[in-house]
Amino acid sequence: MKYLLGAACVCIFFVQTLQAADKNMPGISPAEDQKSFVEYFSKRFPSVPFQEFGNGIYALDEGQRAQWEEIEQFPPYEFAVDAGKALFETPFANGKSYGSCFENGGIGVRQDYPYFDSGSGQVKTLELAINECRENNGEKKLKYKKGDIAAISAYMAFTSRGELLNVKVPDEPAALAAYQDGMQFYYEKRGQLNFSCADCHVQNAGQNIRADSLSAALGHPTHFPVYRSKWGELGTLHRRFGGCNKNVRATPLDAQSESYRNLEYFLSYMSNGLEINGPGARK
Amino acid sequence: MANQIKIRAKQKDGIATVKCLISHIMETGTRRDSKTGDIVPAHFIEEVTLKHNGKVVMTANWGPAVSKDPYLSFKFKGAASGDSVTISWIDNKGESQSVEDTIK
Repeated sequence: MKYLLGAACVCIFFVQTLQAADKNMPGISPAEDQKSFVEYFSKRFPSVPFQEFGNGIYALDEGQRAQWEEIEQFPPYEFAVDAGKALFETPFANGKSYGSCFENGGIGVRQDYPYFDSGSGQVKTLELAINECRENNGEKKLKYKKGDIAAISAYMAFTSRGELLNVKVPDEPAALAAYQDGMQFYYEKRGQLNFSCADCHVQNAGQNIRADSLSAALGHPTHFPVYRSKWGELGTLHRRFGGCNKNVRATPLDAQSESYRNLEYFLSYMSNGLEINGPGARK
Repeated sequence: MANQIKIRAKQKDGIATVKCLISHIMETGTRRDSKTGDIVPAHFIEEVTLKHNGKVVMTANWGPAVSKDPYLSFKFKGAASGDSVTISWIDNKGESQSVEDTIK
């Protein structure tokens, strides 16, 4: 009973601080948040040029970068991009194709995702849009973590290489709420190990975690979907979210669940201005 | 998707560097099907041959330890731009593939 009261007090306090009129409170102004986010990492890693952050740990560690550069000479995701292109260009049973669902025929649009759809009041990610396209054309949805969805997403990302990530949070309460929800998820502790995403990727970016190294949060979404050597195949961002949650022994959420979409929304906004470099190759 | 071989061959000062990415399932034969519990049959490349102008310059004997979609990089002397290189493989099921390219 006392515990419940205490928790309720904390909740009210947190909500009140979020609603405070102070523009310096995190979550109130996404643009200000993004500025501080980038400033933090620039100060932490002063020798790393801004655009290099899209390369994750390979921007921070020379030895690992050398290995990655060799892999990139003949990237393992090439087959998947070819497969994705073939899937993208194959028409549905009704004769229409993916291109009809997207701006510019779906070519060079990756940098505009995710976006807040005011009509349905939710964040739409690229993978969600791909499946919506399928459903609207009488096809079954694809599974969200790997396989065909990753291949199509990889091809679309590939056509956007070099474009700057340009996620927008419109000045609407629902959009801001989704952004704040993503931000809250990022900084909340979770799991048996009681870590937040920020504990590893903000506070301890560049440090080792057992035998591996932690990449910086800045630049995280730009190279997805990703070919992870560990997976031996492509996987989507939400596949990785689930994996990370499992790593801290928290129950993973479903790919494309509202929480993960809001999380992707927040994370992507923080990386605005970085080049799309997907699909990427990682350990 | 059918097997593919992507190949890039360059030469510098007479030394050719051939890099290729071979799509192949490279099934070890020790994994079990998650639904039936049966062993997934072994299916992996056993031999890779690289020919330069028709002459074999490299033979590789692979096995189940090589991962899916293997990447191979190989250098050899005595190459000139315009020469042909052919990479071929045979797997334990007797399937094979071969691709030819010109050294740049």
